[in-house]
Amino acid sequence: MAEGLTKSAARNIFYGGSLFFFLIFVALTAHSHWYIVKESTSALPLTDSVRAGKHVWEKNMCINCHSIMGEGAYFAPELSNVWTRYKGRDNPEAARAGLAAWMRAQPLAIPGRRKMPHFDLSDEEMTSLIDFLQWTDAIDDQNWPPHESG
Amino acid sequence: MKYETQKVAYAFFLVAMGLFALQVVFGIMAAVVYVFPDFLAQVMPFNVIRVSHTNLLIVWLLIGFMGCTYYLMPEEAEREIHSPMLAYLQLGIFVVAGVAALACYQLGIHEGREFLEQPFFVKVLITVSFLIFLYNTSMTLLKGRKTTINLVLMLGLWLAAVFWLFAFYNPGNLSVDKVYWWWVVHLWVEGVWELIMASLLGYLLIKMSGVDREVIEKWLYVIVGLSLFSGLLGTGHHYYWIGTPSYWQPIGSIFSTLEVIPFFAMVVFSFVMFWKGSRNHPNKAAMLWTMGCPTVAFFGAGVWGFMHTLSFINYYSHGTQVTAAHGHLAFYGAYVMLILGVISYAMPQLRRTQPFHQVLNMWGFWILTSAMCFMTFTLTFAGAVQTHLQRVLGMNYMEVQDQLGLFYAMRLGTGIAVVVGAALLLYALFGPIRRGTAAGSTLSAA
Repeated sequence: MAEGLTKSAARNIFYGGSLFFFLIFVALTAHSHWYIVKESTSALPLTDSVRAGKHVWEKNMCINCHSIMGEGAYFAPELSNVWTRYKGRDNPEAARAGLAAWMRAQPLAIPGRRKMPHFDLSDEEMTSLIDFLQWTDAIDDQNWPPHESG
Repeated sequence: MKYETQKVAYAFFLVAMGLFALQVVFGIMAAVVYVFPDFLAQVMPFNVIRVSHTNLLIVWLLIGFMGCTYYLMPEEAEREIHSPMLAYLQLGIFVVAGVAALACYQLGIHEGREFLEQPFFVKVLITVSFLIFLYNTSMTLLKGRKTTINLVLMLGLWLAAVFWLFAFYNPGNLSVDKVYWWWVVHLWVEGVWELIMASLLGYLLIKMSGVDREVIEKWLYVIVGLSLFSGLLGTGHHYYWIGTPSYWQPIGSIFSTLEVIPFFAMVVFSFVMFWKGSRNHPNKAAMLWTMGCPTVAFFGAGVWGFMHTLSFINYYSHGTQVTAAHGHLAFYGAYVMLILGVISYAMPQLRRTQPFHQVLNMWGFWILTSAMCFMTFTLTFAGAVQTHLQRVLGMNYMEVQDQLGLFYAMRLGTGIAVVVGAALLLYALFGPIRRGTAAGSTLSAA
């Protein structure tokens, strides 16, 4: 097998094949982009507050302890479904109050427990962040995670 | 060292290894926090330690790739580097950018997407530095001899720069954000970086095994072809649970399973060339890294990746310590060992001496490698337990973490071993050499 393959043939297969698979990948990515915007994230509107909440999430680098949709640091709980975990789908007001109170109470004075820092969020930032978490919870992500525990 | 300008690589290697040491320090700090959560909690929260650990890795690997390229390019292109001055300039810019990023993290200044946390101005500096680097090395290539080694290497570096541009795109829709975030993260480490890896391995094998260049270059095309054919659509294994269509489950499962093949091919390639080779190269330590790199990459990236890549398994294991286990061994095997191999190979020439501190270097190899393997095993067990308790039984996250304490304690132990191994290796590479061994002019085989 090795004898039949010349270097220039191997080179042509590499360039041609890579281009072929790249074009398929681009096409599927374009379709996925369209699908996300039109289908999977359309349950709740992508409001300015949700966008601002994503910014709060980024500004405080939550991703380097928590994970969201399974991506992040694995040091603290998964948050893509935290809205469900706080029963926000049944009682949104109680979930909002619960999430805000939890974040404001950090760090908990429990020795030997992982410490979440105290992030000094304004009321507006807190509202946006929770809007963002609620919006994320509504994404159709093939029913991941398997359990409410995240 | 045939070409005078190859010596710019020394500065890159020195900086890269300094940052490597710092990365390991942040790594062990993070490992301590897992065991003693109150450690530094008020001074440096875990997220700051973690972002420093991961960013240092990325920065030093990139600086390492640059150093490897500057070292290799004159020999392959058969001419001096276009401008050594530009090389030092872009290294300086990159170092400023890296140090600024680290300082900013301590001050809470950063963007907030994983691995792309660098403040905007740091991203711009990185881009400027990388473009100067590409200009400098491409000019050298254009005016010189084109070989498969330097062409594939430059293709990998250019594509890395192109995909990096997606780091500047941060849409408000989290799912869309994630789709293009992977265009940087996955297309780098499971795509174009493999071009860099394969070409550097090919270079080391040509230099040290003495096998005919034609044979090595042909197989190089086969390997990088397999990497991209599988790796591009293999991105699908990141598109299972982020709001993307369900067709990514079969596509991602199939193509990311195929991603194991190029890694296996690199093992076979390296060992066959080694056995076929007639040359008995005196730098045994560099040879050890050259064989070790594809082997550990095959297990870390290939086997550990395959372990949780099938969508119906990943549904349960996604985002657990299984991922952390895979990440550690994959990066160590594929890219850390690669750069350590090139540095081990180049250092005697750069320091104009015979191979030195060989035994110490090999101690570094074995301690680092076995510690990283053991770390991966502990995290894999932690991940398996976590997957079962949290994802199958539905136990609460923090309760599950309490069950993993033993694994985290053992991981801290392996981290200490990594620090010891790294210290030995750095001394072996940069430490003083006894007089009498310096004899640069006699080293012609390299």
